[in-house]
Amino acid sequence: MSSLSQALWVLLLGSLLGLELIGKVPPTLHTPLMSGANAISGITVLASLTLIQKAHGNQALLVIGALSLGFALYNVIGGFLVTDRMLAMFRRR
Amino acid sequence: MTHPFALSLPQALLRGDGLSQLIDLVAVLLLALGIKGLSKVRSARAANGLAALAMGLAVVGLLLQIRPDPQAWLWIAIGTALGGLAGLVTAQRVPMTAMPETVALFNGCGGMASLLVAIGVALFDGQASDTVALVSIAISVFVGAITFTGSIVAMAKLQGWLDTPGWTQSQVRHVVNIALAITCLVGSVLLLADPSGLPLWLLVVSASLLGVGVTLPIGGADMPVVISLLNSYSGVAAAAAGFVVGSQLLIVAGAMVGAAGLILTQVMCTAMNRSLVSVLFGGALGATGGGGESAGGAADYSRITSCSPEECAMALEGAERVVFVPGYGLAVAQAQHALRELAKLLEAHGVEVTYAIHPVAGRMPGHMNVLLAEADVPYEQLVEMEAINPEFPRTDVVIVLGANDVVNPQAKTDPTSPLYGMPVLEVDQARQVFVVKRSLGAGYAGIANALFELPQTAMVFGDAKAVLNGLLSELREMGVGKAAPAKGGAAPRQPVAA
Repeated sequence: MSSLSQALWVLLLGSLLGLELIGKVPPTLHTPLMSGANAISGITVLASLTLIQKAHGNQALLVIGALSLGFALYNVIGGFLVTDRMLAMFRRR
Repeated sequence: MTHPFALSLPQALLRGDGLSQLIDLVAVLLLALGIKGLSKVRSARAANGLAALAMGLAVVGLLLQIRPDPQAWLWIAIGTALGGLAGLVTAQRVPMTAMPETVALFNGCGGMASLLVAIGVALFDGQASDTVALVSIAISVFVGAITFTGSIVAMAKLQGWLDTPGWTQSQVRHVVNIALAITCLVGSVLLLADPSGLPLWLLVVSASLLGVGVTLPIGGADMPVVISLLNSYSGVAAAAAGFVVGSQLLIVAGAMVGAAGLILTQVMCTAMNRSLVSVLFGGALGATGGGGESAGGAADYSRITSCSPEECAMALEGAERVVFVPGYGLAVAQAQHALRELAKLLEAHGVEVTYAIHPVAGRMPGHMNVLLAEADVPYEQLVEMEAINPEFPRTDVVIVLGANDVVNPQAKTDPTSPLYGMPVLEVDQARQVFVVKRSLGAGYAGIANALFELPQTAMVFGDAKAVLNGLLSELREMGVGKAAPAKGGAAPRQPVAA
């Protein structure tokens, strides 16, 4: 992060993008979309990885980082797979 | 973060590790395309894969950038093995009917991850952090803890492990929650001065309790809104964690999910004609809500007609157009396969079968679509509310399966009803309505349903699966669905126009 203002710009533009991306969604897809977006929110894995790296051998921090990574990955992997399971059932006949 | 001047984007790209910056950009692009693609039926599955790919790319990009030492790799492997394996198992084992709970559980874990990162940084790097980082830590702890406990409470309520306690419906809860919110604020302010001490734990505990305090009073039909909102929170928590560790990618992705979750929440509120404020602070509709049909207070009915599956089967046998209205009761009874079988039998008999899908039927928008898709119901037969409402007057038989509030005609006619103004399926327009229900207990919103007392309505009491199987055997006994004409020269019905 080079500066706070840059980070705030990123936050603003990311929020606006999110508002635009999900304008019209058929109700059919609300559950899969929620589940998919939920999996994406597990992107906290990046923070967990950074934390583990920043631990520099501090055991307590390593454990917290690994725990956090586990929770985040549970969200990511479980989320994407479950979404895929749901969407696999929407194939047209 | 204290850099006084913002770098321009090209400068930011050139400094540091160019390759991982580029990977981050590609990942953001793919994530955006993924979310967009998820909003169309045709592209949804590929889009989900795209988003997963983007996530993988982002992780690879970060690993390239931070180059973990061997010890870090070890702990990364441990965390990956635990979370990855658990995620794999959960995703494969969980039944389709438990989707809302599962999303809530995953969501809570995402919040927990952000919470842990913020706690870790506060405890061991807090003294070195500037004000911006400390504010980010406070926000991350606050939102992460609320997301975690709120999601777990939502999951427990959907699983039926938790009821809505009576005291949470009184005004006392507002006092408790406001007190907790003030404690959070105090903890956050104190945390700025002392990041690794008591204020951190004060904030963790009070925010966790606040998550319970705001979710526990919410009942029934409002649950989908809460899950969607919590999903939005987990995005905010991820973005806050992005500020804590200084990751732009995390901020973008978190912000996108946060904003998208808010939109989805708003869409759901609109579908139920509820404002977000009334969902969050109004408590459960009715006094007892939250316990499902059986636990809802028995409403007063005076003109109820009940009938046996046999009578219902006879009506189906003579119908040309049948509409099924699935609700949460269908999911609870796991009756989707029995329903599909009944529909197939009727179709073979020449009956036109469709399914009316209310946007908030079940416990999550799209819940019914997922459920019926699991039973191989053709996607084309699922008709949304706006499209099917004009069709009800020319429908012979409507079968309501474990749905209640979404078919209550009082939402249109009775301004004093709490449901007034909510768009409903106008099944009362059909010639004949059968309501399959376990008991006369009130629906999730805890209010009586005028539909049940209409002259054209008959109640078929029982578990949805048992009733559907009963209908199947009755129809088969009548000879419905057999190739040869049944009896007395009654030729198999042709699907000619009425």
